Amino acid sequence: MGKPTPTLDRREVLSGLFPSPDEILFIAGLAGSARDAAGLTNDGDNLFTMAGTMGAAVPMGLGVALAAPDSQVVVVTGDGELLMNIGSLASVATMAPGNLSIVCIDNGCHGETGGQKGHTSNRTDLAKMAEGAGLASVMVLETADQMETAANFLTDMPAPRFLQVRVTDGPPTDYTRNMNPAQCRSRFRNAFLGIR
Amino acid sequence: MTHSNKNAWSSELFNLFRDGGVTLFPFIPDAGNARLIELATAHNETRPVLLTSEEEGVAVCAGADLVGKRGVLCMQSSGVGNCPNFLSLAKGGDFPILLMVSMRGDYGEQNPWQYPMGQAVDPILHAMGVLTFWVERSEDLKTAATAALSASGKGGQSAALILSQKFLGAKAF
Repeated sequence: MGKPTPTLDRREVLSGLFPSPDEILFIAGLAGSARDAAGLTNDGDNLFTMAGTMGAAVPMGLGVALAAPDSQVVVVTGDGELLMNIGSLASVATMAPGNLSIVCIDNGCHGETGGQKGHTSNRTDLAKMAEGAGLASVMVLETADQMETAANFLTDMPAPRFLQVRVTDGPPTDYTRNMNPAQCRSRFRNAFLGIR
Repeated sequence: MTHSNKNAWSSELFNLFRDGGVTLFPFIPDAGNARLIELATAHNETRPVLLTSEEEGVAVCAGADLVGKRGVLCMQSSGVGNCPNFLSLAKGGDFPILLMVSMRGDYGEQNPWQYPMGQAVDPILHAMGVLTFWVERSEDLKTAATAALSASGKGGQSAALILSQKFLGAKAF
């Protein structure tokens, strides 16, 4: 018994899942998740990334989704970040926003700090935790031939959705993003609210 | 504090938050915010957001701010200890986070477990750049709430409205 060895390269995942990223509001947690999301959107003004506050991506995405119910909201997080605030999945399930998807890039390790093994490389099953929290739809993506199904899952299945993406422990997208949080806040707000 | 008093000040506070444009009420249940959350549940333009840990509420409020909306994170003083890392969004990110803290571990407290965090509320919030506006007496409520709303509104600061046990009444054991 054991999980299949991951084969997906994280750098190719988000572009496969989101062919039209401009139409989505993205919130990305720290480290590799933020770099992958910045690569997808060219660090666009529809993306807010973090470089600290580990565990904040899911609840921040929940706040955006509740406050902007006409927008589609996607959280990009990692296995380590998600586990640091795993209870937020229960908060998402209770509020049940119909416009929120959570994509968890699960590389089974803490890539930013040297690749130390994480809980999901042992016995922890994030998809079961999301199901147990009460997310409306849950899927695991672990092979390239599931990519189209996963992309459809993120648009067609009832929300809130949770997509666990099992990837190799290779590097994230090589992208240097804006790491000034106040500038990133203003950029996102001004774009959303139409302020010049 | 009698039940009717609590209903009255909770209604006054809810209306002040409403007039200030607050629509989301992320919270961890506490006796001090129970009536306020009932009001937020009943009103059709406000929503309570039940959390598992107070720090989530900082991020929920920051997310709402990103799209031009306003929340108030409601919690007991012990929950302040769960928030500092996420308050980096306030101090470093200029997110104007609004908190409502109902105190334990200050005036008249009989539970020794409550004192360490109760007495650390001001130092922790000040360290993370959050202004504190205390309510000690009934006549403080409106002015302190208005000040916290102004500071975290056009003032662009993070601010906490803090309801002391002198105002709330200490829990009897």
